[in-house]
Amino acid sequence: MLRKIALFYYEGFRSMTVGRTLWAIILIKLAIMFLILKIFFFPATLRGMDDREKADFVTHELIQRKTHE
Amino acid sequence: MNLLAADLGAVVDWSRAQFALTAIYHWLFVPLTLGLGFIIAFMETRYVRTGDEFWKRTTKFWMRLFGINFAIGVATGLILEFEFGTNWSNYSYFVGDIFGAPLAIEGIMAFFMESTFIAVMFFGWDKVSKKFHLAATWLTAIGANLSALWILVANAWMQYPAGMRFNPETARNEMVNFWDVLFSPVAMNKFFHTVTSAFVLAAVFVIGVSAWYLLRKREERLARKSIKIASIFGLIGAVCVIWTGDGSAVQVAKYQPMKLATMENLQEGQTHAPLSLVPGVEIPSMLSVLAYHDTEAYVVGINDLIEGNPEQGILSADEKIKRGQHAIETLAAFKAAQKTGDTAAADSIAQLFDPATEAGKTFHNDYFRYFGYGYLQSAQETLPPFIPLIYWSFRVMVGLGIWFVVLFIWMLILEKRNTLGQKRLPLHLALWSIPLVYIASQAGWVVAEVGRQPWTIQDLLPTVAAVSRLESASVQVTFWIFAALFTTLLIAEIGIMVKQIRRGPSDK
Repeated sequence: MLRKIALFYYEGFRSMTVGRTLWAIILIKLAIMFLILKIFFFPATLRGMDDREKADFVTHELIQRKTHE
Repeated sequence: MNLLAADLGAVVDWSRAQFALTAIYHWLFVPLTLGLGFIIAFMETRYVRTGDEFWKRTTKFWMRLFGINFAIGVATGLILEFEFGTNWSNYSYFVGDIFGAPLAIEGIMAFFMESTFIAVMFFGWDKVSKKFHLAATWLTAIGANLSALWILVANAWMQYPAGMRFNPETARNEMVNFWDVLFSPVAMNKFFHTVTSAFVLAAVFVIGVSAWYLLRKREERLARKSIKIASIFGLIGAVCVIWTGDGSAVQVAKYQPMKLATMENLQEGQTHAPLSLVPGVEIPSMLSVLAYHDTEAYVVGINDLIEGNPEQGILSADEKIKRGQHAIETLAAFKAAQKTGDTAAADSIAQLFDPATEAGKTFHNDYFRYFGYGYLQSAQETLPPFIPLIYWSFRVMVGLGIWFVVLFIWMLILEKRNTLGQKRLPLHLALWSIPLVYIASQAGWVVAEVGRQPWTIQDLLPTVAAVSRLESASVQVTFWIFAALFTTLLIAEIGIMVKQIRRGPSDK
């Protein structure tokens, strides 16, 4: 059964024509978004914090932003 | 790092622009997928019922265009979710439990339902039974629309936050009633309004492409049959759009009066409020009817919301700002009490944030409901930017919507009289309606999203508090990179689409 499903997908992808170009565009786009822009331009503000630290950080932000600091 | 006020303003503006850019780009592809899925399913149903190979060929042709849109839409949707975490991390944390649940369901549904059945739809011709393939096509169409449901539920919650309570301990809103979130009147109306507008868009697209074939005297049977199905489908969609549009007007009047006032550029509130068709041309009392289904109803104006109107029970923006500031100061007092170990004071303040208690009910009604106003510096900041853009976008959306209804009826009459293809004018108009329907669709989102500024969550969190602690230069750079990238990709994608349309249905 699993072999049949795998073969179904394999043959489907193999016979793609327009789909191949589309997949290429999508993969290039995702690579640019996630591998280049994310790494070089966006700091992961809350990543690496535990729940307590996240709560403290955002609470601090919510209180400080009142004065646009 | 402390953000200077000027830089914070720039971060907000560039982040808004970046999100808008991505959303606009995303919405260029999604509505066609939502509507075209059903049109394809109708066509394939005809094939299964009649066994006529013409319908299989027709279905496969439109399915190829559907596939292009689907693939691109999925990818751009991921970018939007990505931006929530990068540009709007305060917002994402503040609403995580509520916003996260519908998005998680959407992700699971999109992955399992759409990915499974779309594979059968594209790869399964002649490999699975006709009925199984047809079921996969219908389930793909339904799955795509159900995915939209969860995204639109999340968006509706931002416009009308319901079914939650704010936990000062975690600084998060927590879901207390999933059904209140899912079945909020705004969510249901938004879902049906948006997906049926997508049906109209797909119908116009199919009619326009078919009209091109008729103008070129190619694929005449395919074009005529496609126009007939699309016109009926589009007309049904348009009726639903009008009906849900009426519901939207009622809800906007009730929950987002500033949006309605700016949509109409209504400076002073009034009874028997007229509907402005264009500046200087009005239908008496029509706005009162649309907003409240009552010719005598008072429709709130911009000045009522800025200066207040005690007669109508409307607080001034300055008063809301003061109350919002008090709510934020109460949160700060709670955190200070926790920090100093004053548990009695912390517990007492925590009660205020619990609407289940009497003190909490009062605090919620008098202060917490204005929490977001506390971040605004002046009454003018409660106004959305670019009021003329909101005013004209609404008119463009409605005006073009009326044109599409005319187009659907016209096409059906021509088809009924068997004269479709003989007159070039309606075919040219149908072809040029393709860009117009995209403009109308985008205009609708401009009204919905620009009209609700400055809020990310209505009255609770303005963009200035929701944005991440980023440097504006980073966001500016990424905005232009995104703009260049999206434009390049859009050109490539339109190129693929046009090439496939020129190629026409393949007999392979």
